[in-house]
Amino acid sequence: MEGELTSSRRVAHRSTREETEKEKNRIPGSVTAIEELIWFAGVATCIKLLLIPSYRSTDFEVHRHWLALTSSLPLSQWYYDETSPWTLDYPPLFAYFERFLSIFANLVDTKIVDLHNGLNYSADSVVYFQRISVMVSDLCLFYGVYRLTKSLDSAKRRMIWVLIVWSPALIIVDHVHFQYNGFLLGFLLISLSYLEEGRDLMGGFVFAMLLCFKHLFAVAAPVYFVYLLRHYCRGGLVNSIGKFLMMGTVVGSVFLVAFGPFLYHGQIQQVLRRMFPFGRGLCHAYWAPNFWVFYIISDKGLAFVLAKLGFSIQTPAASFTGGLVGDSSPFAVLPRVTPLVTFMLVLLALSPCLVKVWREPRPGMITRWVAYAYTCGFLFGWHVHEKASLHFVIPLAVVAVRSLEDARHYFLLSIVSCYSLFPLLFEADEYSIKVLLLLLHSLLTWVGFSSQFSKTTVVSTKQQGEKMGSKEGLVAAKGGGLVVGWVRICYLLVLLFVEVWGQFLHHYLLGDKLPFLPLMLISIYCALGIMYSWIWQLRFIIRCP
Amino acid sequence: MGRKEKKDKDHKDDVCWLSVHGGVAALLLCIAVFALLVRVAVSIHPYSGAGDPPKYGDYEAQRHWMEITLNTPAKEWYRNSTINDLTYWGLDYPPLTAYQSYVHGLFLRFFHPDSVALFTSRGHESPIGKLLMRWTVLSSDVIVFFPAALYFIIVFYTGRRDNCKEDIAWHLAIILLNPCLILIDHGHFQFNCISLGFTIGAVAAIFSKHELVASVLFSLALNHKQMSAYFALAFFSHLLGKCLRRQKPFLEVLKLGLVVLGTFIITWWPYLYSVDAFMQVLSRLTPFERGIYEDYVANFWCTTSIIIKWKRLFTTQLLQLLSFNATILAALPSMVQQIRYPSNQGFLYALLNISFAFYLFSFQVHEKSILLPLLPASLLAVEEPHLFGWLTYYALLSMYPLLLRDHLILPYVSLLALFILFNYSPIRRQGRKERGFLSVWKVLLITLLLSCSLVLHLIYLMLKPPERYPFLFDAMIMLLCFSQFVLLAAYTNVKQWKFMSHSTSIEKEKKIL
Repeated sequence: MEGELTSSRRVAHRSTREETEKEKNRIPGSVTAIEELIWFAGVATCIKLLLIPSYRSTDFEVHRHWLALTSSLPLSQWYYDETSPWTLDYPPLFAYFERFLSIFANLVDTKIVDLHNGLNYSADSVVYFQRISVMVSDLCLFYGVYRLTKSLDSAKRRMIWVLIVWSPALIIVDHVHFQYNGFLLGFLLISLSYLEEGRDLMGGFVFAMLLCFKHLFAVAAPVYFVYLLRHYCRGGLVNSIGKFLMMGTVVGSVFLVAFGPFLYHGQIQQVLRRMFPFGRGLCHAYWAPNFWVFYIISDKGLAFVLAKLGFSIQTPAASFTGGLVGDSSPFAVLPRVTPLVTFMLVLLALSPCLVKVWREPRPGMITRWVAYAYTCGFLFGWHVHEKASLHFVIPLAVVAVRSLEDARHYFLLSIVSCYSLFPLLFEADEYSIKVLLLLLHSLLTWVGFSSQFSKTTVVSTKQQGEKMGSKEGLVAAKGGGLVVGWVRICYLLVLLFVEVWGQFLHHYLLGDKLPFLPLMLISIYCALGIMYSWIWQLRFIIRCP
Repeated sequence: MGRKEKKDKDHKDDVCWLSVHGGVAALLLCIAVFALLVRVAVSIHPYSGAGDPPKYGDYEAQRHWMEITLNTPAKEWYRNSTINDLTYWGLDYPPLTAYQSYVHGLFLRFFHPDSVALFTSRGHESPIGKLLMRWTVLSSDVIVFFPAALYFIIVFYTGRRDNCKEDIAWHLAIILLNPCLILIDHGHFQFNCISLGFTIGAVAAIFSKHELVASVLFSLALNHKQMSAYFALAFFSHLLGKCLRRQKPFLEVLKLGLVVLGTFIITWWPYLYSVDAFMQVLSRLTPFERGIYEDYVANFWCTTSIIIKWKRLFTTQLLQLLSFNATILAALPSMVQQIRYPSNQGFLYALLNISFAFYLFSFQVHEKSILLPLLPASLLAVEEPHLFGWLTYYALLSMYPLLLRDHLILPYVSLLALFILFNYSPIRRQGRKERGFLSVWKVLLITLLLSCSLVLHLIYLMLKPPERYPFLFDAMIMLLCFSQFVLLAAYTNVKQWKFMSHSTSIEKEKKIL
């Protein structure tokens, strides 16, 4: 009786177990790893499915329009079309990707890919199709994570999965706000995993593909260039030149496949113009938490002080977000910033890292270096989006489990970067979702890191049999846990205050006065955190022997 | 050799990952936050009767109760009047629900007065109104159900020697992530979390030997939703059985009776000024005119009505008598077992069996009543993981037509997937020992049943039923679910009696020792 009724689950249960045990004998550990990753990814996907009807930004319409554009126009008109204000401004490989998706979109509902009638189409069919396309394309991310973590021990592996597969920032940006960052970051992780394995050619190839998907990833190109030059092109003179040519051919062919058709039509200039719209301003509408926030604030502060002191200060007519229209500077006192200045600053900030890479190109460090490059790009770049913080937060997750210092740094960084994304979801419906996502993430990170590091300290200090070990571990975890440090704790508490201020107190105390203040506070305060992360990473890279 | 050792060590690390070193409390907190996140994510989906005038659905009923309780004195709540039209979603739940509606009405009025204004707010639908209403359920869940579940977990696992910490975490996750409860409360819109939360609290109180607290909590559950009466016989017989084994049984019973009576008097106070007022409320709570079953519920009466047309053959009075007797008869074995041999484990089985008896045989049952047997099943999940999984799956299937009407197919699918993932999480699986083997026949049977249900899901979603039998597919789902429920109920009844002989032998051993 018992068996008959309750056996259902046991079947699946046992058969998978038997399989895993069989597999274990063949390839130790690998199948259980995949199985576990599927579990993590499955849980994340369930949440993503639930979020399908939530708020979506104009990026949703942008991508829908690109589906319509690539499917209904010939290739030669892709970068010229102006049916909608959301013109195609990603590199060609992404356009091909949209073309590929549009095949299925056409099967689901032909109106999705209709260039004119489909504008601002928001039926269930298009919402489900696009949302699910993001979820499916996340497979790329999962593969990247799997490649990067397959040789690690299971505790570290799981921690990394928690950090990346359950990343609240990715869920907020990709599955609520709507973008394909998980897919693109997957390519970055795959590339990094090849480099860490020492398979430089494949690493370079995948990175070239990534650049042709989204050119904003090019910030790390200098690091890649120097690294591949010094690590891949080694050996004698002839050998290294041969390898250099080899790498050049591989990367070049990727670019040729992507840009070739447009080269053939003689449209390269138009493509590049679309990809690099320098007509945009220094900052995005909501200031990304980077260096320029401080620059703007100090300009305002100086102007205020000087005006008090009796100098005549003209208030600038132009805004920071408006771009380079005319000749007027948006700054009252400080010199004006041009794209070239930001470019030079990024290179300057990168230079210590590049020197390190040049001197000793080590595969174990490449993830840090690449993440550092994206941090520099985020801090000093021109017209940076707050979403770009994902470019370094996600790769840094891989190194976060390596040491206690890393874990502490990452704990703070991931919270700050996710919090800086909060203004993306401004509607009341999603408020509790974003707060809970961040809360859950910080809790899981804290619990995970605490258990990991208390365990390692116990193992290193005492080895008195398993039972003793676990007991000691419990004590250690209770006593120390993840010692985040009181400065970081204070920083996070003030972060909480900033949020409470923006949501409740501001309206209560100041009413409608200074409506920009809450967002500005978030920008400034998060910029502090990101600056800290930048300095920490820089110090780590310089100090590393 | 070295590799094998490393593998073994890794394996041990797996089992203890997060749980042992990180402390259980933080892990439980993570699970609670995750469960809340899932609820919030479900709450952005449509509610029952959204944009469907003139009657709307349960959402409008709850909102209307808030409107009525807020704008009329307590004496008028259950009375038909020019202000309170009882034919339009009149209040038909016990007073505690009315008080809860009043408090939530205050909350709504504070933020958005239009949504609970008298008369003008009928059929009120607005994004902010929906958000506030969703928050009333979410907060009730967090205030009542979550602490009760935690209380149960703590009581259940203290003093147990053989417990693995991951079992604790898993058990909490399973209780909190019950897909049926989440879908009905946060999707369809109801407040089952309150009455079920009080019930879990009462169970936990019994486990920790606080019988008086348990009586108060269960009385509150009864006063929130009369459907909690499904559990009443189990509580009654278990407590009676326990009292009888004490030194002064009569005094113990009297104490419990007084506590229950006191709780009832306090909650019913506004209606105790006259017999008439009291009877008025009582008649609202027992809508016997409604018929023996609703829609296509997978219980005995509805299923057998395919062959025997109960509604046509018998009068309502006769059917009431018939269903009453059948219910009592089905519940009797469990009650007797609990009166004779009260034990904690047996009590959980009794709760399950008696609520099953009510679900299958009692008068006026609807699909959502399956939540009641599911609750004790979830409390038993560690002992009966397969039973619980099987029951949840078919309970969900039995509510499929209802949830489809509410446009909740997406949360249905994702919560089912989430449930399967959690029920068979690899982290838990590695820690558990495997036992027993299955014959080919059983495997075949199970595959057949599962594929049947999957096909039914698809058929119901995609195909139109033939015009002669518009409810053909509903009936098929009902038939499948009923067959499973009956089998499960039979199994748990047998299990409960087996359990008794087992536990008594242990107790005897203890006495000898």
